[in-house]
Amino acid sequence: MIDVNRQGEVWVFGEQHNGQLEDTPIELMSKGRHLADTLGVKLASVLLGDKVKNLATKLIHCGADKIYLAEHPLLEHYQTNSYAKVIFDLIHKYEPQIVLYGATITGRDLAPRIASAAKAGLTADCTDLQIGDHKPGKDVQLHKNLMFQIRPAFGGNIIATIINYDRWPQMATVREGVMPMPEPDTGRKGEIIQEKAQLSQQDLPLEILAEHKRERQVNLKTARIIVAGGAGVGSKDNFKLIWDLANCLGAAPAATRAAVDLGFIDSDHQVGQTGTTVRPSLYIAVGISGAIQHQAGMSQSQKIIAVNNDSNAPIFGIAHYKIVGDLNQAVPRIIKGIKSVSRES
Amino acid sequence: MAYNCAVLIKQVPDTKRITGEAMNDDGTVNRSALAAIFNPEDLNALELALQIKDKFGGKITVITMGPPGAAAILRDSLFRGADDAILITDLRCAASDTLATSYILSCAVKKIDYDIVLCGRQAIDGDTAQVGPQLAEKLGVTQITYVEELVELNGKTITARRNIGAGWQQIKTSLPVLLTVTGEANEPRVAAAKKMMRYKKAHTPLEIEQKIKAENPDVDEAVIKELAKHKCGQLNEKCLLIKQWDLDFLGADLNWCGRSGSPTKVHRIQSVVLAAKESKDVPANEKGISNMIGELIEDKIIS
Repeated sequence: MIDVNRQGEVWVFGEQHNGQLEDTPIELMSKGRHLADTLGVKLASVLLGDKVKNLATKLIHCGADKIYLAEHPLLEHYQTNSYAKVIFDLIHKYEPQIVLYGATITGRDLAPRIASAAKAGLTADCTDLQIGDHKPGKDVQLHKNLMFQIRPAFGGNIIATIINYDRWPQMATVREGVMPMPEPDTGRKGEIIQEKAQLSQQDLPLEILAEHKRERQVNLKTARIIVAGGAGVGSKDNFKLIWDLANCLGAAPAATRAAVDLGFIDSDHQVGQTGTTVRPSLYIAVGISGAIQHQAGMSQSQKIIAVNNDSNAPIFGIAHYKIVGDLNQAVPRIIKGIKSVSRES
Repeated sequence: MAYNCAVLIKQVPDTKRITGEAMNDDGTVNRSALAAIFNPEDLNALELALQIKDKFGGKITVITMGPPGAAAILRDSLFRGADDAILITDLRCAASDTLATSYILSCAVKKIDYDIVLCGRQAIDGDTAQVGPQLAEKLGVTQITYVEELVELNGKTITARRNIGAGWQQIKTSLPVLLTVTGEANEPRVAAAKKMMRYKKAHTPLEIEQKIKAENPDVDEAVIKELAKHKCGQLNEKCLLIKQWDLDFLGADLNWCGRSGSPTKVHRIQSVVLAAKESKDVPANEKGISNMIGELIEDKIIS
């Protein structure tokens, strides 16, 4: 635990695996930049690994003022204990006021371990961060310039704003895909500070016997148009409608959790609270009732078209274009309409 | 060798079944209208412990922190095959965030003999997945999160497969260890009829006292306490007493419990009301759809 410290920097954990930066630290650079500028402090990234100095440049181009670089052969592969120890030591050395982690599998394994050791607060899976003031009650001290840690809770049915005013650092994991990626500025300059990691074999209790990574079948995060199907599509065979519509639009096919659970499509395609969060230009929701858990993953889409035979379906509450009708007729009509337009041009 | 397992479980509101009745007029959730259930992934953690017990022997202790009513999921665990159950209940636990919760749980786990601690990956009310790793840190044990398969237990070493998003990782480490278990790990078994017959009589001291009170409305408080104490002794002899621990019994430092032990505080709660700024009804016929496509092209949404 460190004391409230207004000069403390804003930090982002520079998650990398096998010498490749994850998307999340980059995504966090734009929000981190905004928080740091609002507070008038520096934005730094903490980069751990073995021979990963080359990644520092990219983080600087994306907005970091400083990189705390800890290189050590024992940091080549991520392990909870070794990474937690090094970051914990750095937090105590520099006393940042904010530390952000991507809510990736690694971030959600690492951040609570650090929070527990540091006896600091940690808010999971935030979808937004802001700077604001908090007054706990009448006649009580106003706490200025805190980090508002905003997250859905209770299965997505409420949005909670969490704060942390007496024990710092203020820490949060941030959901993947909710912050837009910044455009790298190759002219940006930053400072790289080399840190010595104090580690021994004892800090690595795990033996990684095997690892298998597969390519995701679809990259929903970068898709400009997404066509998603829900349980209402009815069957795996009928899900071909979703693929067909996606194909003619050059869109990514997606699905609700219900459709994934019914076996219509692989879970890589799942959008929502337990899937991917997306913000495409166009989201076409077919046979999707619009459970709050699904909306949590797609409501930021620029335009939403909903096709559903139930005019009371919640998805219509957020749709820009509402098509009430049988999807088996409406979807082929959309396909036909798009094909006729592309023939004209 | 046999392995002793501690399984941490939580009673949660069934957030997946939020219906109209569970919503207040102002759009907020009426929590009391939601059923309290056994957190789904905690059932997977219990099932994994039961599989370890079936194969190697050992004792399973289930632990929960919550209001007195949380005894229901402890009984459910006994029906499914757990050996011992502990309810941590104390008003001073209220408003604990994940840090304070993990501290209180660590005080309880340190009182029992364990080789493996098992938790569900996350609870459906908060979805934080933080208490497992925080508890591991407080206990000073190695953690393996997102476990989807226990590959091998051999002497003092464990090999597990964990989910790493798009892929998996197989990991070996020494006991003691804390695992957080995902819903993919197994299919939780149902309650066994024989165990249900036996353990439906399992109660916490508080439940016993309330029952005696209800049966003897006119009897003096002191007598009730005496009767309850006697009954608890009887149940304990038959291994039917659900242990009930408070923070004094745990020897917990109150500065690290409840509100004072929780760095995170709620600034504001808002119910989710999402609405499109402008919306249009599109007739589901060719003309309606073709007009919509025209607009989208004009807005450069599609090309």
